Amino acid sequence: MSKEPMRAAGSSARLAVNKTYKLYIGGKFPRSESGRVYAVTDTKDRQLANAPRGTRKDARDAVVAARKAFGGWSGATAFNRGQVLYRIAEMLEARREEFAGEVAAAEGLGRNKALAAVDASVDRWVWYAGWTDKLAQVAGGANPVAGPYANWSTPEPTGVVAVLAPQKSSLLGLTSVVAPVIATGNTAVVVASERAPLPALAFAEVLGVSDVPGGVVNLLSGPVAEIAPWLAAHQDVNAIDLAGASHNTGVASVRDLEIAAADNLKRVLRPEAKEPDWTADPGPHRMLAFTETRTVWHPSGN
Amino acid sequence: MLSAFPADPAEVTSSEAALSRFLHGLPGIDKVGAESRAAMLGTRSIKKDAKAFAIDLAISMIDLTTLEGADTPGKVRALCAKALHPDPSAPDAPRPAAICVYPDLVGIAKEALGKAPVNVASVATAFPSGRAALDIKLADVAQAVQAGADEIDMVIDRGAFLSGRYQQVFDEIVAVKAACGSAHLKVILETGELSTYDNVRRASWLAMLAGADFIKTSTGKVGTNATLPVTLIMMEAVRDFRAATGRQIGVKPAGGIRTTKDAIKYLVLVNETAGPDWLTPDWFRLGASSLLNDLLMQRQKLATGRYSGPDYVTVD
Amino acid sequence: MSSLSPTPGKAFDYAPAPESRAAVDIAASYGLFIDGKFTEAADGGTLKTVNPATEEVLAEVAVGGAADVDRAVKAARKAFKSWSALPGSERAKYLFRIARLIQEHGRELAVLETLDNGKPIRESRDSDVPLVAAHFFHYAGWADKLGHAGFGPDPKPIGVAAQVIPWNFPLLMLAWKIAPALAAGNTVVLKPAETTPLSALRFAEICVEAGLPAGVVNIVTGAGETGRAVVAHPDVDKVAFTGSTPVGKEIIRTVAGTGKKLTLELGGKAANIVYDDAALDSAIEGIVNGIFFNQGQVCCAGSRLLVQESVAEQVLEMLTRRLGTLRLGDPLDKNTDVGAINSAAQLDRIKNLVAAGDAEGAERWTAPCEIPAKGFWFPPTVFTGVTQAHRIAREEIFGPVLSVLTFRTPAEAVEKANNTPYGLSAGVWTEKGAKALWTAQRLRAGVVWTNTFNRFDPASPFGGFKESGFGREGGRQGLEAYLDV
Repeated sequence: MSKEPMRAAGSSARLAVNKTYKLYIGGKFPRSESGRVYAVTDTKDRQLANAPRGTRKDARDAVVAARKAFGGWSGATAFNRGQVLYRIAEMLEARREEFAGEVAAAEGLGRNKALAAVDASVDRWVWYAGWTDKLAQVAGGANPVAGPYANWSTPEPTGVVAVLAPQKSSLLGLTSVVAPVIATGNTAVVVASERAPLPALAFAEVLGVSDVPGGVVNLLSGPVAEIAPWLAAHQDVNAIDLAGASHNTGVASVRDLEIAAADNLKRVLRPEAKEPDWTADPGPHRMLAFTETRTVWHPSGN
Repeated sequence: MLSAFPADPAEVTSSEAALSRFLHGLPGIDKVGAESRAAMLGTRSIKKDAKAFAIDLAISMIDLTTLEGADTPGKVRALCAKALHPDPSAPDAPRPAAICVYPDLVGIAKEALGKAPVNVASVATAFPSGRAALDIKLADVAQAVQAGADEIDMVIDRGAFLSGRYQQVFDEIVAVKAACGSAHLKVILETGELSTYDNVRRASWLAMLAGADFIKTSTGKVGTNATLPVTLIMMEAVRDFRAATGRQIGVKPAGGIRTTKDAIKYLVLVNETAGPDWLTPDWFRLGASSLLNDLLMQRQKLATGRYSGPDYVTVD
Repeated sequence: MSSLSPTPGKAFDYAPAPESRAAVDIAASYGLFIDGKFTEAADGGTLKTVNPATEEVLAEVAVGGAADVDRAVKAARKAFKSWSALPGSERAKYLFRIARLIQEHGRELAVLETLDNGKPIRESRDSDVPLVAAHFFHYAGWADKLGHAGFGPDPKPIGVAAQVIPWNFPLLMLAWKIAPALAAGNTVVLKPAETTPLSALRFAEICVEAGLPAGVVNIVTGAGETGRAVVAHPDVDKVAFTGSTPVGKEIIRTVAGTGKKLTLELGGKAANIVYDDAALDSAIEGIVNGIFFNQGQVCCAGSRLLVQESVAEQVLEMLTRRLGTLRLGDPLDKNTDVGAINSAAQLDRIKNLVAAGDAEGAERWTAPCEIPAKGFWFPPTVFTGVTQAHRIAREEIFGPVLSVLTFRTPAEAVEKANNTPYGLSAGVWTEKGAKALWTAQRLRAGVVWTNTFNRFDPASPFGGFKESGFGREGGRQGLEAYLDV
């Protein structure tokens, strides 16, 4: 199938066994319900593999899976989520070489730069793993109200978050938008970079062996302009990260998606004017964008 | 009202365990909520006719009290004279409901009041601490009743209550009630020593189950006397007790109620908690002494349109 | 006792105790407050604001058009340069001054609010106005501490803030908008609600009295069109809105693609959960406060009572008895518990939804109270036999109407409470601490009151989940809406 298999079989006579890339929905690896794929090429237009051509129905299934997973994931202890995120880092580290190859091919990088991107991704998962049980202390706290009440605020996960992954940075960019969403207890429906989806689809396999409960992250590949409007308008999606959306006017522009998101008051994280340098210190911003402050009052008296 | 209340009250008083189960099964009280409800009722603004009505009603509900070690027959006679003629300049001023004295002065008060419709109430049962053997308490009651007391204000054994010996408290009230004969029994809970509103509610029910005619907040001899929230809890108790048993019990906040404004807050609280059925001296009393003169001065202000002063009411 | 056949007491009727109107001096007409001065609307448009308790016209108020809004935004833009450049400690002092002036004019503002809004003076005096002063006092203190608020060492203001506020808490909503905006260094163009502009205009005078630089606060009165113009103005950097969910959605669509920062505080349909082990007397007060505070015209009102079946009958009996003591009438009367509905339009909306409740077969109970002949009134109303399928259990009524539903288990209570597109607030009543926390942790609502209801504080963040909006007002979190972070 591939004209340029990512890991060539070498000169020996053995024929390489190529990977069939699949979607990741509800902890399973289905093909697209469309039964279709699209050809993924490298930066020099050489075909790397086929990717599933995800559709609105795949997105719909992914939202159902994400919603189903939300109760358990948001109800897990922060420590537990931290361990799971750390496990993702471990599994990614173990496949460091493979991902360097994926990223190099997808982004047209040299081996060193690609390895650096993989290492940065691993480190980012570790960084977010450490955040899970700290954000509530940093972003929440006790509020000294004028009365005999205990009053405290905590950041709570928003719910099901649709994520349009960055178009350029296929693994580090993906990690940088997915990790903050799930660190706080949200579940995610991610649309991979349309042009460079293979590292993301391979990364789903890492998730599959990382103790991440099925449905917490769901990953689709396919035409963003076709899938994104359905996610933006979906009434059971609580928020959307437009990192990978187009600023251009037209179908699935940032403006269109914001308008579509209005119907159920989705929280919208707008993209920057151009794709940022993902190696910079992320800060807690992306986590806070998908949390809701809940404040509890309780009288204090005997 | 209280859905957990059994058809026969005797069921919950059959044993210490049953009593304890029942009292601890009463709905809890949220302190902050109760206090904010009482505070809100305290913002009611009672003016004009309503104020005149409230002042006369409050005067008629007073248990005019002197409970000092230094009390003498002369002091008690003067207080009785005050009860008979609260405001010499206004013969239409109502009389207080009762004179409240120590047992040894009941005879003096009875004599001074004659046949006037002012009751004599006597504290008893080793007032104010309640720390004496039961037979001594009963003798205390018997002496007051014999001397002609119409009402007995007993104190509960707070030590027994706080250590969970509810049966002992219950039995004591039953015994005192029996010793009262035809005299009405007010049971002083000494809420300032019970500390929590949950305890106030439990003690209220315990006293009512044991036969109290009135439940009363305080002796006036401890740091915290009557408060609006405590009275709120007690009004809820008598309201619920009547709904459960059909028997109406009176309430008497005592101690620390000094101004007309305070007294009116209590009347508003009665009105909006248990309802106007309790707005009569038969069912609500104010244990006080200096309050009477403040009410009389306010009464004079309403009559004349100018503020009165302490030289225009009698000090007894 | 001497009385052998005790007689019940006589009714204690409270005489009218109206607060004096002497504290307020309402002008016949008001202009727009732009750049520190009151000016006419460019096209001379006006509207009349009435006392909803009497239908008496209180004043004529200018209606700002596009040209006026443009003038206001320009004034705010001009003022932004110097206001944002002021040391935070200086901005703080202006806000402290405003807080103090509000306290000084407290009674006047309370009377004015009650006249224009119809809410009981007890609430405007004891709740609204003290909270307004406290809010300015709270955010005044933030102005020179922004670098310590957790938004980076030197967070910047956003610019010109367009703020549109509702009629239910006119001055309090103004405070929630203006205090954090100014503390963070923004300037504002605020549009008060069409039916309740007077306290905002009085606030404009207080800004002048405080010596606030011209253009920092601009008040443009008017109706929906004016609000739309304020939100859509291209030179506005930030939009903050409190009001209905449909209008909030319209604002999102208007702002889409512009990059304007947006915070919305919208509708609600709060569940008030009463467990069988609740402190019932306090719960009853909480239910009453939850739905009849401000005539139920509160976005966070506890409009869905979820009561455990085992105590449902008892709670309803206690509740209806308590509602019998509510005093409906003259909002200026210090003893009034339930005042007037803010407008004829709102009264119609309430009546329509109540009619829907009747039509859908819920059982209606109305508190026994006399309705005044003039003005807009609706008596405290309780619907029983309501299910999640009823419109009155799903739609925000914004009036003194309580829908009562029952549940059997804590899990069912949580499920029913969360079964709504809204998520602003919720109440939980139980004496069991673990259950209160368990429930609170599962309620998808921005504010959860356990064993209390409708408490507000400037240090306590307020705002919704889901279709109740996003962004928080109050506390450290409330600063974020006005910082470029």
